[in-house]
Amino acid sequence: MNAGPMIGRQPLPPPLPASAVASPRGLRRNVAFIALMILVGVVAFHVIDWPEGLLSQPKPARPLPVPPPLDPEMAAVGKRIEGLLTKDWETTGIAPVPRAPDLTVARRLSLALTGSLPSLAEIRRIEQTPAEDRSRAWREHLLADPRSSADLAERFARAFVGVEDGPFLVYRRRRLVSWLESGIATNRSYAETVRDMISAEGVWTTRPETNFITVTVSPNDRDEGPDETKLAARLTRAFLGVRIDCVQCHDDMLGGPWKQRDFHQLAAFFAPSEIALTGVRDNPKKAYEFRYLKAAEKTSVPLKVPFYPELLPPGGKPRDRLAAWTTDPQNGAFSRATVNRMWELLFGRALVDPVDSISLEGPRPPILDALAEDFSAHGHDLRRLIRLMVMTEAFHLDSKAPDPSPSVTDQQQEHWAAFPLSRLRPEQLAGALQQSSTLGTIDRDAGFLRQVTAWAQGNDFVKRFGDPGEEELKERPGTIAQSLLMMNGQVLKERTMSNPVMNASTRIALMAGTSAQAIETAFLAVFTRRPTAEESAYFAAILNPLQGPKRSEALEDLYWMLLNATEFAWNH
Amino acid sequence: MKPGPENVGDCGTSSHFSRRTLLRAAGCSGLAWLTPLGRILAREAEQQPWKPARSVILLWMAGGPSQLETFDPHPGKAIAYGSKAIPTRVKGVQIGAGLEQTATVMDRIALIRSVTSKEGDHERATYNVKTGYRPVPAIIHPSIGSVICHELGDGGVEIPTHISLLPSQWPARGGYLGASYDAFQVGDPSQPVPDVRASADGERQKARFDGLSVIERSFLKGRSFDQKLPESDLHRDTQQKALRMMSSEQLKAFDVGSAPAAERLAFGDTPFGRACFAAVRLVEAGVRCIEVTLGTWDSHVNNHETHAERIRTLDPALAALITTLESRGLLDQTVVLCGGEFGRTPTMNAVEGRDHWPHGFSVALAGGGICGGCVLGETDPSGEKKRPTDPVTIGDLHTTIQYSLGLDPDKKIMTPVGRPMKLSDGLILDRILA
Repeated sequence: MNAGPMIGRQPLPPPLPASAVASPRGLRRNVAFIALMILVGVVAFHVIDWPEGLLSQPKPARPLPVPPPLDPEMAAVGKRIEGLLTKDWETTGIAPVPRAPDLTVARRLSLALTGSLPSLAEIRRIEQTPAEDRSRAWREHLLADPRSSADLAERFARAFVGVEDGPFLVYRRRRLVSWLESGIATNRSYAETVRDMISAEGVWTTRPETNFITVTVSPNDRDEGPDETKLAARLTRAFLGVRIDCVQCHDDMLGGPWKQRDFHQLAAFFAPSEIALTGVRDNPKKAYEFRYLKAAEKTSVPLKVPFYPELLPPGGKPRDRLAAWTTDPQNGAFSRATVNRMWELLFGRALVDPVDSISLEGPRPPILDALAEDFSAHGHDLRRLIRLMVMTEAFHLDSKAPDPSPSVTDQQQEHWAAFPLSRLRPEQLAGALQQSSTLGTIDRDAGFLRQVTAWAQGNDFVKRFGDPGEEELKERPGTIAQSLLMMNGQVLKERTMSNPVMNASTRIALMAGTSAQAIETAFLAVFTRRPTAEESAYFAAILNPLQGPKRSEALEDLYWMLLNATEFAWNH
Repeated sequence: MKPGPENVGDCGTSSHFSRRTLLRAAGCSGLAWLTPLGRILAREAEQQPWKPARSVILLWMAGGPSQLETFDPHPGKAIAYGSKAIPTRVKGVQIGAGLEQTATVMDRIALIRSVTSKEGDHERATYNVKTGYRPVPAIIHPSIGSVICHELGDGGVEIPTHISLLPSQWPARGGYLGASYDAFQVGDPSQPVPDVRASADGERQKARFDGLSVIERSFLKGRSFDQKLPESDLHRDTQQKALRMMSSEQLKAFDVGSAPAAERLAFGDTPFGRACFAAVRLVEAGVRCIEVTLGTWDSHVNNHETHAERIRTLDPALAALITTLESRGLLDQTVVLCGGEFGRTPTMNAVEGRDHWPHGFSVALAGGGICGGCVLGETDPSGEKKRPTDPVTIGDLHTTIQYSLGLDPDKKIMTPVGRPMKLSDGLILDRILA
């Protein structure tokens, strides 16, 4: 209250003669301006993430920390799983190809877990690590990387809720993804995560798991509440790997076991859920009625599960019962569905295809059952599952036959005696494109500007390339539009053109002393391997006579070639 | 989606009983002419020269235009809320005011005023109208253009044969036929086609491909791509196709700016007008299916103003499309379809808007095998009855278009999930065929 009068009483400084002030004031202004420029410079230095080596010599890479040796119990499980693969190769008479180089295996793992490639800096670290520890060390490094939980959460979310923004006001996809992400980062039991989603109650903003339910609310009519048929379809496909939703309209006519009743009795568990002021809740008065095909009128549908009825708890709220049944360690369908999806993410091809259609009665690949049993016996531990899969010999095998034997056969790929070739998903391609045209690692520690550019260009790229959404695990042929985008598109142009701050091609041109070094760096950044002798000689012959801008141009061309090659666009 | 017996047909198995198969099963062999194959055989038996159409232009009115302000006006009735109608070249057929130029070519247009569907949500309804099937979780159906490209082949055309101009949020997709059947998306033809200009000049481009082949050779050594994938899906092959497209003369079809101004401006000086003109030129180049979108018909607020403004864009473009196709001798080999995902309510809401109405809405057809000046069905002038007279399903619409293109809509394609699926599920609408 007194502040006003106080200020009012402050004595004003006496006016100075004009001639006296001009010089010191001007000096002060200049000093302030220089200080400001220095400040901006310092900030820019931090924000832009200046090229290592452009201003100073690169520091030698630190080796990756070597994880403690595997505990004997897990080693035994790994051995048993290995035995199943070996036995299959023996009985079918299929010979596995030799192991792939360490860096190729590292590339697969980065693509599977982070959706991107190992950066040049990371490659140096891998190479500094003793050969026998590399695979384990890189695996543990990536499992602890926040990028892995973020990427896996997005992959799961696509299966759980798709990619659309969904119903306005009652659905927040981003919340669900962050919630999944933190669950994965803390290695929470996958069964608990799924249980929470099925039985979720409350508001979509504070209880992120409810978004699994609210995404099915009709955008036109919120009063209709969550759609029990959509929920039942999601549940069977994403969590159980069975397609009971195909019998929504009629009994199975393709020789399958399902009746139309099976689907609707499962949907009935979701029927009581509604959207109230307090969010998602169950209204016990809401029962499910349905008119079956060829039936005269609607009948009340009882709550029944389509298989393993003994696992359904007798009492409790309908969705709690369903959640307990779905995630019961004895419910093999739940573990198998998860194992199959995770295998697909790591190998680019599922053990059983399509990924969400696994036979309940069998026959199934023995390795699927063995991994599923271990998964449910160990508290649905996703990290353990990933470790077991990455430990297999199959994950380390090459995708090509050694010279001069004939090419890898389909049979070898189908029996995991060679690593299967698969096209990268659009967002993997975007991530790989960003990473390979940068020398440092684009992770949470990367310069702010670089992260923002990566995000914006990645989004634009995926949009132009065509995001397959929840269909992302299905086989997708390439399109002309995609080829045009890679050859002539703006994002690729921006990431290969002369730009010493952002682009690896320019920085290599500036930094690399010899042509051989420049070529090797480009190959490592884009292909995660060194050039062959033939490749090296071919490009050295082009680069050697060039200098200055012409040399930069030739390196930009080299980058273009690498990014447009099959090797870049495929997992191998 | 709420389940109900009306959903039968959703899952698309061959075992569903359609009206047609029921008729057949009942021994009504006298009605066998209703089947598309029967029709085709009958046509052949008549020995009349019948040349099926080979292209489709879909003018996609995204958002759902009101039937009452476009092709099914009820002037003077309460549900018109003051909307006027105008006479057309066809006696007794009126259309909405503002469509004066379209009225002059009404003798080339067939109107269906009784299209019905069960999808009232934009995304689902768009899927429904574009594919002929309602969305189901098990499978993604291909859009009509993808089906046509799949069945008729590319005919040696060097540019994509399925094109979406001014694509909406949900452009035509290849669905279970594969992403290679997705529509190739291009914006306003006043702008160059994206990414078709090589990012390096001749010599440099050649050097790039020379180097690329060195890299490709070392990757392919010892590797074999899944032999189940068709040849055309390989990386290099798609690249070759893209290169062929980049150097194709047929790309000029997009460059409407090079055409005489009088011809171009007849379509209206709008992105939609230019895209319609490009569509004509693309048909001339041999493209199978072109989808041209005119958006923002979703008039929940100020229905009349929204429609008047949209119609100003639509009218010259639609009329010029038909006259230009005809003057170039292309109308007989092209089916033109103009419509959106649903219609709008006969009542007005509190903010003078009309809401979604899938129970009876209009589409306009023209071209190959279509009966000019024919009208099928009508919505209730009082707005009390939901059901229009002579209701037509989305499946009927697809079946009729496929029939006009000489396809057998009953033909089954094996889908990746192992279910055979018919090209479309509906009846041929004889009354709008010439």
